[in-house]
Amino acid sequence: MSAEGRDRLLALGAPIALVALWEAAVRSGLLDARFFPPPSLVVGTFWRLAADGTLLQHTWASVVRVLVGFAIGSAAGLAAGLMLGTIRSLRVALEPVISALYVIPKVAILPLVMLIFGLGEASKIAIVAIATFFIAVINTTAAVVGVEPIFLEAGRAFGARRLQMFAHIILPGALPAIFTGLRLALGTALIVIIAAEFVAAKEGIGYFIWFAWNTLRPEAMFAGFIVIGALGMLSYAAIRWIGGRLMPWQEDVASPEGRSEHA
Amino acid sequence: MSLKITVSDVAKVYRGRGRAVPALDRVSLQVADGEFVCIVGPSGCGKSTLLRILAGLIPQTSGNVAIASGGRGKPLHSFVFQEYAVFPWKTVFQNVAFGLQMRGVPEAERRAAALHWIERVGLREFADAYPHQLSGGMRQRVGIARAFANDPEVLLMDEPLGALDAQTRLILMDELLGLWELDRKTVVYITHDIEEAVLLGDRVVLMTARPGTPKATFAVPFARPRGVALKATPAFAGLSYQIWEALRDEAVAAMGAAGAGLGRATTRTGAPGAEYGS
Repeated sequence: MSAEGRDRLLALGAPIALVALWEAAVRSGLLDARFFPPPSLVVGTFWRLAADGTLLQHTWASVVRVLVGFAIGSAAGLAAGLMLGTIRSLRVALEPVISALYVIPKVAILPLVMLIFGLGEASKIAIVAIATFFIAVINTTAAVVGVEPIFLEAGRAFGARRLQMFAHIILPGALPAIFTGLRLALGTALIVIIAAEFVAAKEGIGYFIWFAWNTLRPEAMFAGFIVIGALGMLSYAAIRWIGGRLMPWQEDVASPEGRSEHA
Repeated sequence: MSLKITVSDVAKVYRGRGRAVPALDRVSLQVADGEFVCIVGPSGCGKSTLLRILAGLIPQTSGNVAIASGGRGKPLHSFVFQEYAVFPWKTVFQNVAFGLQMRGVPEAERRAAALHWIERVGLREFADAYPHQLSGGMRQRVGIARAFANDPEVLLMDEPLGALDAQTRLILMDELLGLWELDRKTVVYITHDIEEAVLLGDRVVLMTARPGTPKATFAVPFARPRGVALKATPAFAGLSYQIWEALRDEAVAAMGAAGAGLGRATTRTGAPGAEYGS
Protein backbone atom coordinates (compact mmCIF):
# COMPACT_ATOMS: atom_id res chain seq x y z
CA MET A 1 0.00 0.00 0.00
CA SER A 2 1.24 3.51 -0.77
CA ALA A 3 2.18 5.83 2.08
CA GLU A 4 -0.68 8.09 1.11
CA GLY A 5 -3.17 5.26 1.15
CA ARG A 6 -1.97 4.15 4.56
CA ASP A 7 -2.30 7.70 5.91
CA ARG A 8 -5.87 7.89 4.64
CA LEU A 9 -6.72 4.55 6.20
CA LEU A 10 -5.30 5.72 9.53
CA ALA A 11 -7.12 9.04 9.41
CA LEU A 12 -10.45 7.38 8.66
CA GLY A 13 -9.94 4.20 10.61
CA ALA A 14 -8.87 5.70 13.94
CA PRO A 15 -12.12 7.61 14.61
CA ILE A 16 -14.21 4.60 13.58
CA ALA A 17 -12.19 2.41 15.91
CA LEU A 18 -12.65 4.91 18.75
CA VAL A 19 -16.41 5.00 18.26
CA ALA A 20 -16.53 1.20 18.16
CA LEU A 21 -14.46 1.09 21.36
CA TRP A 22 -16.82 3.55 23.01
CA GLU A 23 -19.86 1.48 22.03
CA ALA A 24 -18.23 -1.67 23.36
CA ALA A 25 -17.21 0.05 26.60
CA VAL A 26 -20.76 1.22 27.28
CA ARG A 27 -22.31 -2.15 26.47
CA SER A 28 -19.89 -4.02 28.69
CA GLY A 29 -20.59 -1.58 31.52
CA LEU A 30 -17.11 -0.07 31.61
CA LEU A 31 -18.54 3.37 30.78
CA ASP A 32 -21.57 4.71 32.59
CA ALA A 33 -24.40 5.00 30.04
CA ARG A 34 -25.94 7.85 32.08
CA PHE A 35 -23.00 10.09 31.15
CA PHE A 36 -21.78 8.48 27.98
CA PRO A 37 -24.70 7.17 25.96
CA PRO A 38 -23.62 4.62 23.36
CA PRO A 39 -22.88 6.05 19.92
CA SER A 40 -25.72 4.00 18.43
CA LEU A 41 -28.19 5.84 20.67
CA VAL A 42 -26.59 9.22 19.97
CA VAL A 43 -26.78 8.71 16.23
CA GLY A 44 -30.38 7.56 16.46
CA THR A 45 -31.31 10.60 18.55
CA PHE A 46 -29.41 12.88 16.17
CA TRP A 47 -31.36 11.58 13.16
CA ARG A 48 -34.71 11.83 14.95
CA LEU A 49 -34.03 15.43 16.05
CA ALA A 50 -32.68 16.32 12.64
CA ALA A 51 -35.70 14.81 10.90
CA ASP A 52 -38.31 16.62 13.00
CA GLY A 53 -36.55 19.96 12.47
CA THR A 54 -35.60 20.54 16.12
CA LEU A 55 -31.86 20.60 15.48
CA LEU A 56 -32.25 22.74 12.40
CA GLN A 57 -34.28 25.34 14.27
CA HIS A 58 -31.71 25.65 17.06
CA THR A 59 -28.74 25.51 14.73
CA TRP A 60 -30.19 28.21 12.55
CA ALA A 61 -30.81 30.50 15.53
CA SER A 62 -27.16 30.16 16.61
CA VAL A 63 -25.78 30.52 13.10
CA VAL A 64 -27.69 33.76 12.48
CA ARG A 65 -26.42 35.26 15.76
CA VAL A 66 -22.85 34.22 15.00
CA LEU A 67 -22.91 35.48 11.43
CA VAL A 68 -24.47 38.85 12.22
CA GLY A 69 -22.30 39.39 15.29
CA PHE A 70 -19.18 38.24 13.48
CA ALA A 71 -19.91 40.50 10.51
CA ILE A 72 -20.38 43.56 12.73
CA GLY A 73 -17.45 42.79 15.04
CA SER A 74 -14.96 41.84 12.37
CA ALA A 75 -15.85 44.78 10.12
CA ALA A 76 -15.36 47.19 13.01
CA GLY A 77 -12.22 45.38 14.15
CA LEU A 78 -10.80 45.38 10.66
CA ALA A 79 -11.41 49.11 10.19
CA ALA A 80 -10.01 49.97 13.62
CA GLY A 81 -7.03 47.66 13.15
CA LEU A 82 -6.15 49.19 9.79
CA MET A 83 -6.20 52.64 11.35
CA LEU A 84 -4.22 51.59 14.42
CA GLY A 85 -1.71 49.81 12.23
CA THR A 86 -1.08 52.76 9.97
CA ILE A 87 -1.33 55.67 12.42
CA ARG A 88 1.42 55.32 14.96
CA SER A 89 0.19 57.85 17.51
CA LEU A 90 -3.25 56.24 17.57
CA ARG A 91 -1.61 52.88 18.16
CA VAL A 92 0.54 54.16 21.00
CA ALA A 93 -2.49 55.74 22.64
CA LEU A 94 -5.00 52.90 22.29
CA GLU A 95 -3.05 49.66 22.19
CA PRO A 96 -2.68 49.34 26.00
CA VAL A 97 -6.40 49.96 26.48
CA ILE A 98 -7.35 47.38 23.88
CA SER A 99 -4.91 44.83 25.24
CA ALA A 100 -6.31 45.32 28.74
CA LEU A 101 -9.90 44.89 27.57
CA TYR A 102 -8.97 41.95 25.36
CA VAL A 103 -7.91 39.76 28.26
CA ILE A 104 -11.29 40.04 30.00
CA PRO A 105 -13.22 36.87 29.11
CA LYS A 106 -16.15 38.09 27.07
CA VAL A 107 -18.52 35.71 28.85
CA ALA A 108 -17.78 37.64 32.05
CA ILE A 109 -19.41 40.77 30.67
CA LEU A 110 -22.48 38.94 29.39
CA PRO A 111 -24.65 40.15 32.31
CA LEU A 112 -23.66 43.74 31.55
CA VAL A 113 -24.39 43.25 27.87
CA MET A 114 -27.80 41.83 28.72
CA LEU A 115 -28.46 44.77 31.00
CA ILE A 116 -27.69 47.12 28.13
CA PHE A 117 -29.18 45.22 25.19
CA GLY A 118 -32.00 43.37 26.90
CA LEU A 119 -32.92 39.70 26.77
CA GLY A 120 -33.63 39.56 23.03
CA GLU A 121 -31.45 38.84 20.03
CA ALA A 122 -29.53 42.10 20.37
CA SER A 123 -27.59 41.02 23.45
CA LYS A 124 -26.50 37.74 21.83
CA ILE A 125 -25.38 39.49 18.67
CA ALA A 126 -23.63 42.16 20.72
CA ILE A 127 -21.61 39.70 22.79
CA VAL A 128 -20.46 37.89 19.64
CA ALA A 129 -19.60 41.21 18.00
CA ILE A 130 -17.59 42.35 21.03
CA ALA A 131 -15.63 39.11 21.23
CA THR A 132 -14.98 39.18 17.48
CA PHE A 133 -14.01 42.83 17.49
CA PHE A 134 -11.14 42.47 19.95
CA ILE A 135 -9.56 39.53 18.17
CA ALA A 136 -9.97 41.22 14.78
CA VAL A 137 -8.57 44.57 15.90
CA ILE A 138 -5.52 43.09 17.64
CA ASN A 139 -4.66 40.75 14.78
CA THR A 140 -5.26 43.36 12.10
CA THR A 141 -3.05 45.89 13.89
CA ALA A 142 -0.29 43.32 14.25
CA ALA A 143 -0.73 42.29 10.63
CA VAL A 144 -0.34 45.85 9.35
CA VAL A 145 2.64 46.59 11.58
CA GLY A 146 4.14 43.27 10.53
CA VAL A 147 4.19 43.99 6.80
CA GLU A 148 7.79 43.41 5.71
CA PRO A 149 9.69 46.74 5.61
CA ILE A 150 11.26 45.72 2.28
CA PHE A 151 7.80 45.82 0.63
CA LEU A 152 7.13 49.29 2.04
CA GLU A 153 10.53 50.41 0.71
CA ALA A 154 9.85 48.88 -2.68
CA GLY A 155 6.49 50.65 -2.82
CA ARG A 156 8.02 53.99 -1.98
CA ALA A 157 10.98 53.43 -4.30
CA PHE A 158 8.53 53.10 -7.18
CA GLY A 159 6.69 56.24 -6.21
CA ALA A 160 3.58 54.89 -4.49
CA ARG A 161 1.64 57.61 -2.71
CA ARG A 162 -0.21 57.22 0.57
CA LEU A 163 -3.39 55.66 -0.78
CA GLN A 164 -1.49 53.59 -3.31
CA MET A 165 0.76 52.30 -0.54
CA PHE A 166 -2.31 51.27 1.38
CA ALA A 167 -4.10 49.55 -1.50
CA HIS A 168 -1.10 47.95 -3.20
CA ILE A 169 1.27 47.18 -0.35
CA ILE A 170 -0.14 47.39 3.16
CA LEU A 171 -3.53 45.74 2.66
CA PRO A 172 -2.37 42.76 0.59
CA GLY A 173 0.75 42.44 2.72
CA ALA A 174 -1.32 42.24 5.88
CA LEU A 175 -4.13 40.08 4.50
CA PRO A 176 -2.72 36.64 5.38
CA ALA A 177 -2.26 37.56 9.04
CA ILE A 178 -5.65 39.33 9.07
CA PHE A 179 -7.25 36.09 7.93
CA THR A 180 -5.52 34.16 10.66
CA GLY A 181 -7.18 36.59 13.06
CA LEU A 182 -10.59 36.17 11.45
CA ARG A 183 -10.28 32.40 11.73
CA LEU A 184 -9.56 32.73 15.44
CA ALA A 185 -12.39 35.22 15.82
CA LEU A 186 -14.93 32.92 14.22
CA GLY A 187 -13.89 30.07 16.50
CA THR A 188 -14.27 32.34 19.52
CA ALA A 189 -17.64 33.57 18.25
CA LEU A 190 -18.90 29.98 18.37
CA ILE A 191 -17.66 29.52 21.95
CA VAL A 192 -19.22 32.77 23.08
CA ILE A 193 -22.62 32.15 21.50
CA ILE A 194 -22.91 28.70 23.08
CA ALA A 195 -22.09 30.17 26.49
CA ALA A 196 -24.53 33.03 26.00
CA GLU A 197 -27.27 30.65 24.94
CA PHE A 198 -26.72 28.50 28.02
CA VAL A 199 -27.97 31.29 30.23
CA ALA A 200 -29.90 33.74 28.13
CA ALA A 201 -31.81 32.22 25.23
CA LYS A 202 -34.93 30.31 24.38
CA GLU A 203 -33.40 28.84 21.23
CA GLY A 204 -30.05 28.07 19.81
CA ILE A 205 -27.76 25.10 20.02
CA GLY A 206 -26.38 26.24 23.38
CA TYR A 207 -29.91 26.45 24.77
CA PHE A 208 -30.63 23.02 23.26
CA ILE A 209 -27.70 21.44 25.10
CA TRP A 210 -28.59 23.18 28.35
CA PHE A 211 -32.19 22.02 28.03
CA ALA A 212 -31.03 18.45 27.37
CA TRP A 213 -29.09 18.62 30.62
CA ASN A 214 -32.13 19.95 32.48
CA THR A 215 -34.23 17.11 31.15
CA LEU A 216 -31.53 14.50 31.71
CA ARG A 217 -31.15 13.45 28.09
CA PRO A 218 -27.40 13.02 27.58
CA GLU A 219 -27.94 11.49 24.14
CA ALA A 220 -29.53 14.80 23.04
CA MET A 221 -26.56 16.70 24.52
CA PHE A 222 -24.25 14.59 22.42
CA ALA A 223 -26.35 15.32 19.35
CA GLY A 224 -25.74 19.00 20.14
CA PHE A 225 -22.01 18.37 20.41
CA ILE A 226 -22.07 16.85 16.94
CA VAL A 227 -23.74 19.99 15.58
CA ILE A 228 -21.15 22.26 17.23
CA GLY A 229 -18.30 20.18 15.86
CA ALA A 230 -19.81 20.35 12.39
CA LEU A 231 -20.28 24.13 12.68
CA GLY A 232 -16.64 24.53 13.73
CA MET A 233 -15.39 22.50 10.79
CA LEU A 234 -17.71 24.27 8.38
CA SER A 235 -16.67 27.75 9.50
CA TYR A 236 -13.01 26.77 9.27
CA ALA A 237 -13.53 25.51 5.73
CA ALA A 238 -15.50 28.64 4.79
CA ILE A 239 -12.77 31.02 6.01
CA ARG A 240 -10.19 28.93 4.24
CA TRP A 241 -12.16 29.01 1.01
CA ILE A 242 -12.72 32.77 1.14
CA GLY A 243 -9.04 33.29 1.98
CA GLY A 244 -8.04 31.20 -1.02
CA ARG A 245 -10.26 33.28 -3.28
CA LEU A 246 -8.99 36.60 -1.89
CA MET A 247 -5.35 35.54 -1.82
CA PRO A 248 -4.62 33.45 -4.89
CA TRP A 249 -0.93 34.12 -4.35
CA GLN A 250 -0.86 32.05 -1.17
CA GLU A 251 -0.10 28.38 -1.33
CA ASP A 252 -2.23 27.64 1.71
CA VAL A 253 -3.78 30.46 3.66
CA ALA A 254 -5.32 28.88 6.67
CA SER A 255 -2.98 25.99 7.30
CA PRO A 256 -2.57 25.84 11.07
CA GLU A 257 1.10 24.88 10.91
CA GLY A 258 1.96 27.37 8.17
CA ARG A 259 1.60 30.74 9.85
CA SER A 260 2.06 32.23 13.25
CA GLU A 261 -1.01 33.51 15.01
CA HIS A 262 0.20 37.09 15.61
CA ALA A 263 -2.01 37.32 18.68
CA MET B 1 30.86 62.92 -20.57
CA SER B 2 28.24 64.68 -18.51
CA LEU B 3 27.72 63.99 -14.83
CA LYS B 4 24.59 62.06 -13.93
CA ILE B 5 24.96 61.63 -10.19
CA THR B 6 26.77 63.96 -7.82
CA VAL B 7 27.17 63.03 -4.19
CA SER B 8 28.92 65.73 -2.15
CA ASP B 9 30.07 65.28 1.42
CA VAL B 10 27.16 63.10 2.41
CA ALA B 11 27.11 61.85 5.98
CA LYS B 12 24.56 59.72 7.76
CA VAL B 13 24.29 59.24 11.49
CA TYR B 14 21.67 56.90 12.92
CA ARG B 15 20.41 58.13 16.25
CA GLY B 16 18.59 56.03 18.76
CA ARG B 17 18.50 55.37 22.49
CA GLY B 18 20.93 58.11 23.28
CA ARG B 19 23.51 56.63 20.93
CA ALA B 20 24.65 58.01 17.64
CA VAL B 21 25.95 55.47 15.15
CA PRO B 22 27.72 57.02 12.19
CA ALA B 23 26.96 55.00 9.06
CA LEU B 24 28.44 57.20 6.36
CA ASP B 25 31.17 59.78 6.69
CA ARG B 26 31.84 62.48 4.10
CA VAL B 27 31.02 60.47 1.02
CA SER B 28 31.66 62.16 -2.29
CA LEU B 29 31.05 60.36 -5.53
CA GLN B 30 30.49 61.35 -9.11
CA VAL B 31 28.93 59.08 -11.69
CA ALA B 32 29.00 59.93 -15.38
CA ASP B 33 26.01 59.52 -17.66
CA GLY B 34 25.87 55.91 -18.82
CA GLU B 35 28.47 54.74 -16.35
CA PHE B 36 28.15 51.48 -14.44
CA VAL B 37 29.62 52.03 -10.98
CA CYS B 38 29.93 49.21 -8.48
CA ILE B 39 30.37 49.93 -4.79
CA VAL B 40 31.98 47.21 -2.71
CA GLY B 41 32.72 47.27 0.97
CA PRO B 42 32.59 45.14 4.11
CA SER B 43 29.25 44.31 5.71
CA GLY B 44 27.75 47.24 7.54
CA CYS B 45 29.88 49.82 5.76
CA GLY B 46 26.81 51.83 4.85
CA LYS B 47 26.78 51.05 1.14
CA SER B 48 23.09 50.18 1.24
CA THR B 49 22.47 53.33 3.24
CA LEU B 50 24.17 55.37 0.52
CA LEU B 51 21.98 53.79 -2.14
CA ARG B 52 18.83 54.49 -0.13
CA ILE B 53 19.86 58.11 0.24
CA LEU B 54 20.32 58.27 -3.53
CA ALA B 55 16.82 56.84 -3.95
CA GLY B 56 15.36 59.35 -1.50
CA LEU B 57 14.17 56.51 0.75
CA ILE B 58 16.05 57.86 3.76
CA PRO B 59 17.35 61.38 4.39
CA GLN B 60 21.05 62.10 4.74
CA THR B 61 22.26 63.83 7.89
CA SER B 62 24.33 66.30 5.90
CA GLY B 63 25.68 66.84 2.41
CA ASN B 64 24.02 66.89 -0.99
CA VAL B 65 22.83 64.41 -3.56
CA ALA B 66 21.85 65.36 -7.08
CA ILE B 67 20.67 63.26 -10.00
CA ALA B 68 20.54 65.09 -13.31
CA SER B 69 17.17 64.84 -14.99
CA GLY B 70 17.19 63.77 -18.61
CA GLY B 71 14.17 65.98 -19.24
CA ARG B 72 12.24 63.01 -20.65
CA GLY B 73 9.57 63.09 -18.00
CA LYS B 74 10.76 59.71 -16.77
CA PRO B 75 11.45 58.82 -13.14
CA LEU B 76 14.91 59.71 -11.87
CA HIS B 77 15.68 56.30 -10.46
CA SER B 78 14.39 52.78 -10.05
CA PHE B 79 15.52 50.38 -7.42
CA VAL B 80 16.41 46.71 -7.68
CA PHE B 81 16.30 45.04 -4.27
CA GLN B 82 17.12 41.46 -3.44
CA GLU B 83 14.74 38.96 -4.94
CA TYR B 84 12.44 38.70 -1.94
CA ALA B 85 11.31 42.31 -2.50
CA VAL B 86 9.17 41.20 -5.43
CA PHE B 87 5.56 41.56 -4.24
CA PRO B 88 4.24 38.05 -3.53
CA TRP B 89 0.63 39.19 -3.96
CA LYS B 90 1.13 40.47 -7.48
CA THR B 91 1.60 38.40 -10.59
CA VAL B 92 4.78 38.71 -12.64
CA PHE B 93 2.95 41.10 -14.94
CA GLN B 94 1.57 43.22 -12.10
CA ASN B 95 5.00 43.38 -10.47
CA VAL B 96 6.74 44.50 -13.62
CA ALA B 97 4.02 47.07 -14.36
CA PHE B 98 4.06 48.39 -10.78
CA GLY B 99 6.20 51.49 -11.26
CA LEU B 100 4.29 52.48 -14.38
CA GLN B 101 0.99 51.99 -12.60
CA MET B 102 2.09 54.16 -9.67
CA ARG B 103 3.04 56.88 -12.12
CA GLY B 104 -0.34 56.72 -13.80
CA VAL B 105 0.93 55.55 -17.18
CA PRO B 106 -2.09 54.72 -19.37
CA GLU B 107 -3.14 51.08 -19.33
CA ALA B 108 -2.24 50.21 -22.92
CA GLU B 109 1.22 51.76 -22.73
CA ARG B 110 1.84 50.17 -19.35
CA ARG B 111 0.83 46.79 -20.68
CA ALA B 112 3.07 47.01 -23.71
CA ALA B 113 6.09 48.11 -21.67
CA ALA B 114 5.61 45.46 -19.01
CA LEU B 115 5.15 42.66 -21.54
CA HIS B 116 8.20 43.86 -23.45
CA TRP B 117 10.42 43.56 -20.38
CA ILE B 118 8.84 40.30 -19.24
CA GLU B 119 9.73 38.93 -22.65
CA ARG B 120 13.25 40.35 -22.38
CA VAL B 121 13.93 38.52 -19.14
CA GLY B 122 12.46 35.33 -20.60
CA LEU B 123 9.37 35.05 -18.43
CA ARG B 124 6.67 35.31 -21.08
CA GLU B 125 4.97 32.06 -20.11
CA PHE B 126 5.02 33.16 -16.48
CA ALA B 127 3.41 36.57 -16.90
CA ASP B 128 0.36 35.50 -14.90
CA ALA B 129 2.25 33.40 -12.34
CA TYR B 130 2.74 34.47 -8.75
CA PRO B 131 6.28 34.77 -7.33
CA HIS B 132 5.90 31.72 -5.09
CA GLN B 133 5.56 29.64 -8.24
CA LEU B 134 8.96 30.84 -9.47
CA SER B 135 12.53 29.97 -8.55
CA GLY B 136 14.73 32.55 -6.82
CA GLY B 137 16.49 33.40 -10.07
CA MET B 138 13.20 33.87 -11.89
CA ARG B 139 11.91 36.07 -9.09
CA GLN B 140 14.94 38.30 -9.41
CA ARG B 141 14.38 38.54 -13.16
CA VAL B 142 11.00 39.99 -12.18
CA GLY B 143 12.72 42.44 -9.82
CA ILE B 144 15.10 43.51 -12.57
CA ALA B 145 12.33 43.82 -15.17
CA ARG B 146 10.29 45.88 -12.69
CA ALA B 147 13.10 48.45 -12.58
CA PHE B 148 13.90 48.45 -16.31
CA ALA B 149 10.23 48.73 -17.30
CA ASN B 150 10.00 51.93 -15.26
CA ASP B 151 12.54 53.40 -17.71
CA PRO B 152 14.37 55.54 -15.16
CA GLU B 153 17.33 57.89 -15.60
CA VAL B 154 19.36 55.86 -13.13
CA LEU B 155 19.22 52.26 -11.93
CA LEU B 156 20.06 51.67 -8.28
CA MET B 157 20.77 48.05 -7.41
CA ASP B 158 21.24 46.80 -3.88
CA GLU B 159 23.02 43.43 -3.96
CA PRO B 160 20.45 42.17 -6.46
CA LEU B 161 22.12 38.78 -6.84
CA GLY B 162 23.29 38.48 -3.24
CA ALA B 163 20.68 35.97 -2.10
CA LEU B 164 20.95 33.64 -5.11
CA ASP B 165 22.99 30.48 -5.43
CA ALA B 166 26.32 30.64 -7.26
CA GLN B 167 25.18 29.19 -10.59
CA THR B 168 22.05 31.30 -10.79
CA ARG B 169 24.19 34.31 -9.96
CA LEU B 170 26.50 33.68 -12.91
CA ILE B 171 23.56 33.25 -15.28
CA LEU B 172 21.92 36.44 -14.08
CA MET B 173 25.18 38.42 -14.33
CA ASP B 174 25.33 37.53 -18.02
CA GLU B 175 21.67 38.45 -18.46
CA LEU B 176 22.11 41.70 -16.58
CA LEU B 177 25.04 42.65 -18.80
CA GLY B 178 22.92 41.89 -21.86
CA LEU B 179 20.00 43.98 -20.61
CA TRP B 180 22.25 46.87 -19.69
CA GLU B 181 23.91 46.86 -23.12
CA LEU B 182 20.52 47.66 -24.66
CA ASP B 183 20.55 51.28 -23.57
CA ARG B 184 23.46 51.62 -21.14
CA LYS B 185 21.69 53.45 -18.38
CA THR B 186 23.62 54.91 -15.49
CA VAL B 187 23.88 52.28 -12.75
CA VAL B 188 24.99 52.33 -9.14
CA TYR B 189 25.39 48.74 -8.08
CA ILE B 190 26.04 47.60 -4.52
CA THR B 191 27.67 44.25 -3.94
CA HIS B 192 29.99 42.48 -1.53
CA ASP B 193 31.27 40.23 -4.33
CA ILE B 194 34.43 41.70 -5.85
CA GLU B 195 34.34 39.55 -8.99
CA GLU B 196 30.75 40.56 -9.62
CA ALA B 197 31.79 44.20 -9.32
CA VAL B 198 34.72 43.78 -11.71
CA LEU B 199 32.65 41.86 -14.24
CA LEU B 200 29.79 44.37 -14.29
CA GLY B 201 31.31 47.76 -13.54
CA ASP B 202 33.18 50.45 -15.41
CA ARG B 203 34.51 51.50 -12.05
CA VAL B 204 34.68 49.85 -8.64
CA VAL B 205 34.50 52.08 -5.59
CA LEU B 206 35.78 50.53 -2.40
CA MET B 207 34.26 51.69 0.87
CA THR B 208 35.85 51.60 4.32
CA ALA B 209 34.34 49.86 7.31
CA ARG B 210 31.78 51.89 9.28
CA PRO B 211 31.49 54.78 9.09
CA GLY B 212 31.76 54.15 5.38
CA THR B 213 33.59 56.48 3.09
CA PRO B 214 35.18 55.82 -0.30
CA LYS B 215 38.66 54.45 0.23
CA ALA B 216 39.81 53.79 -3.29
CA THR B 217 38.50 53.64 -6.83
CA PHE B 218 39.50 51.08 -9.42
CA ALA B 219 38.92 51.64 -13.12
CA VAL B 220 37.85 48.44 -14.87
CA PRO B 221 39.51 48.48 -18.28
CA PHE B 222 37.85 45.48 -19.92
CA ALA B 223 36.11 46.04 -23.23
CA ARG B 224 32.37 45.70 -23.56
CA PRO B 225 30.21 43.86 -24.31
CA ARG B 226 31.39 41.58 -21.54
CA GLY B 227 30.33 38.15 -20.42
CA VAL B 228 31.08 35.71 -17.64
CA ALA B 229 33.91 34.29 -19.82
CA LEU B 230 35.92 37.34 -18.79
CA LYS B 231 36.34 35.74 -15.38
CA ALA B 232 38.71 33.18 -16.91
CA THR B 233 41.31 35.78 -17.91
CA PRO B 234 44.44 36.54 -15.83
CA ALA B 235 43.84 40.29 -16.03
CA PHE B 236 40.41 39.79 -14.42
CA ALA B 237 41.86 37.70 -11.62
CA GLY B 238 44.67 40.21 -11.13
CA LEU B 239 42.35 43.17 -10.72
CA SER B 240 39.99 41.24 -8.49
CA TYR B 241 42.87 40.28 -6.23
CA GLN B 242 44.15 43.82 -6.13
CA ILE B 243 40.75 45.02 -4.93
CA TRP B 244 40.58 42.21 -2.39
CA GLU B 245 43.93 43.26 -0.95
CA ALA B 246 42.60 46.74 -0.43
CA LEU B 247 39.30 45.46 0.98
CA ARG B 248 40.77 42.91 3.36
CA ASP B 249 41.80 45.42 6.04
CA GLU B 250 38.33 46.92 5.99
CA ALA B 251 36.63 43.55 6.19
CA VAL B 252 38.75 42.64 9.19
CA ALA B 253 38.00 46.01 10.78
CA ALA B 254 34.28 45.50 10.18
CA MET B 255 34.39 42.08 11.85
CA GLY B 256 36.16 43.55 14.84
CA ALA B 257 33.67 46.37 15.09
CA ALA B 258 30.76 43.98 14.85
CA GLY B 259 32.29 41.98 17.68
CA ALA B 260 32.52 45.07 19.86
CA GLY B 261 29.03 46.12 18.83
CA LEU B 262 30.25 49.57 17.86
CA GLY B 263 31.33 51.38 14.76
CA ARG B 264 34.92 52.44 14.25
CA ALA B 265 35.93 55.31 16.41
CA THR B 266 38.55 56.68 14.06
CA THR B 267 37.53 58.60 11.02
CA ARG B 268 39.34 57.75 7.87
CA THR B 269 40.72 60.25 5.51
CA GLY B 270 40.15 58.14 2.46
CA ALA B 271 41.33 59.14 -0.94
CA PRO B 272 38.20 59.39 -3.01
CA GLY B 273 38.98 59.55 -6.64
CA ALA B 274 42.39 57.92 -6.36
CA GLU B 275 42.73 55.71 -9.38
CA TYR B 276 44.41 52.34 -9.16
CA GLY B 277 44.35 49.40 -11.47
CA SER B 278 44.62 48.85 -15.19
